[in-house]
Amino acid sequence: MNELQLKVLELLKEDARRDADLIATLLGAPAEEVKQAIAELEHNHIIVKYATIVNWSKVDDEKVTALIEVQITPERGRGFEGIAERIYLYPEVKSVYLMSGAYDLLVEVEGKNLKEVASFVSNKLSPIDAVLSTKTNFILKKYKQDGIIFEEHEGDDRLMISP
Amino acid sequence: MIKDEEELVRTKVKRQAMADYLTPSVQNIKPSGIRRFFDLVNTRKDVITLGVGEPDFITPWHVREAAVYSLERGKTQYTSNAGLPALREAIGQYLNDQFQTPYNPANEILVTVGGSEAIDLALRALIVPGDEILIPEPCYISYSPITALGGGVPVGIETFAKDKFKLTAESLQAVITPRSKVLILCYPSNPTGGIMTYEDWLPIAKVVEDNDLIVISDEIYAELTYGTKHCSFSAMPGMRDRTILVSGFSKAFAMTGWRLGYACGHPDLIAAMLKIHQYTVMCAPAMAQYAGVEALTRGLEEKDRMVDAYNQRRRLVVKGFRDIGLECHEPEGAFYAFPSVKATGLTSERFAERLLEEGGVAAVPGDVFGLGGEGHLRCSYATSVSNLAEALDRIGGFVHKLKQG
Repeated sequence: MNELQLKVLELLKEDARRDADLIATLLGAPAEEVKQAIAELEHNHIIVKYATIVNWSKVDDEKVTALIEVQITPERGRGFEGIAERIYLYPEVKSVYLMSGAYDLLVEVEGKNLKEVASFVSNKLSPIDAVLSTKTNFILKKYKQDGIIFEEHEGDDRLMISP
Repeated sequence: MIKDEEELVRTKVKRQAMADYLTPSVQNIKPSGIRRFFDLVNTRKDVITLGVGEPDFITPWHVREAAVYSLERGKTQYTSNAGLPALREAIGQYLNDQFQTPYNPANEILVTVGGSEAIDLALRALIVPGDEILIPEPCYISYSPITALGGGVPVGIETFAKDKFKLTAESLQAVITPRSKVLILCYPSNPTGGIMTYEDWLPIAKVVEDNDLIVISDEIYAELTYGTKHCSFSAMPGMRDRTILVSGFSKAFAMTGWRLGYACGHPDLIAAMLKIHQYTVMCAPAMAQYAGVEALTRGLEEKDRMVDAYNQRRRLVVKGFRDIGLECHEPEGAFYAFPSVKATGLTSERFAERLLEEGGVAAVPGDVFGLGGEGHLRCSYATSVSNLAEALDRIGGFVHKLKQG
């Protein structure tokens, strides 16, 4: 990846709605080059998707999210890959990470309510042969996600005009 | 009534108005043009302001945390008058690393309450009433008034957009008289964003030497240059002992409210400034000084991140003004653009007022910054990209309307 692509990524990470012309101006680069950089990043699946970070706690929608620590027995030849795939293909699974430490996979599961998540864990996740144990942790409140702080505690309090 | 009492009564009559008690030097100072415009802006809602001369970033958390930690440990006493030894060490190291300007922390560095105090101390230490203080303009609004308060005579030197607002040796030489004593420099410049390079400084240094001037070099924006590394006047051959380098933490480290600055120079000058400093403010606030150590020793990466962001916004603003049809020289330092509004036929004050009223954008009229400022507008780009884009939209609409009459 070249330097331009890296800078383009940083600017889009800050605000995905910025268009190529604005990014070109901010970076002092030709618009054509920026357009091409974005196209390549998309084509190479480095930019996977343009998404919105939502503070769901402000929405009248009772979602619950759990982070589940899963211990598994790796498969001969495929290690953790096959099990991870079996797990991440479920639509209620939002993310799956292979971890070092006391457990193997960290699985983020979202459901309408506590019961739905519990049901997923007991009916889908735990019965997988390779799964040795699960430990379910519910998220009570999100303070910061992807570098974005949810509470606006640092507003712009500067004087309107100053020397 | 005996004669002395008569005299007293007469004096009392004379001083009926409170203003009669004030010194002429204070009475003669006009209210700042910025303050006046500020009052006007405050009457409005839904204004996007490009009038703010301070970073829009909050002081990085690790720096704030260092100050909190100093309070938790009970570090709440006076520090030494010249400043915490650890902070002076850090300043010395930093100046040497960044700008190749070595100073001895033991006797050549003085920690002050902001860069402003450092400039005031330097002027008070140097001015004999009647001395002429030379000031390239447009410039930071304080230099002339504090010169006058100290009994000096401010002498402006006009700089021009066509020269990128650089000071030239010819224009400096032209204002020098036998009473000239001090030259105040501020590059990168507030309000123009102009900078001076090594080659630009060389002829200036010669004039300074030939005319035996002392230089107060306000380098508060030194970290904020784009494309060219800052060249300190103090680093010019033969200039170190003639220069009081003034800087601080406000702009580079987003620490305006901490009021932390410093002055560096010849030990005799620093000793003189230290006398005034210790009898007026004792020392800079302790917790701010602990934060300053943290900023200088571990804050350079955060600073670079902020400079990158300013640079991006600078490109947006310059292109924006040019697209609108307003001439705008390319600022190479600080965080101000200084476009010309002469093409609209309005004075800077009238343009700024109407832009505020009709466009909902606040920017400071250039004439408040002295000679050469008329016909310009100071626009700070220390605000978010989305704010800048919206402000440029509004300014574009306003100028378009002006053109249509």
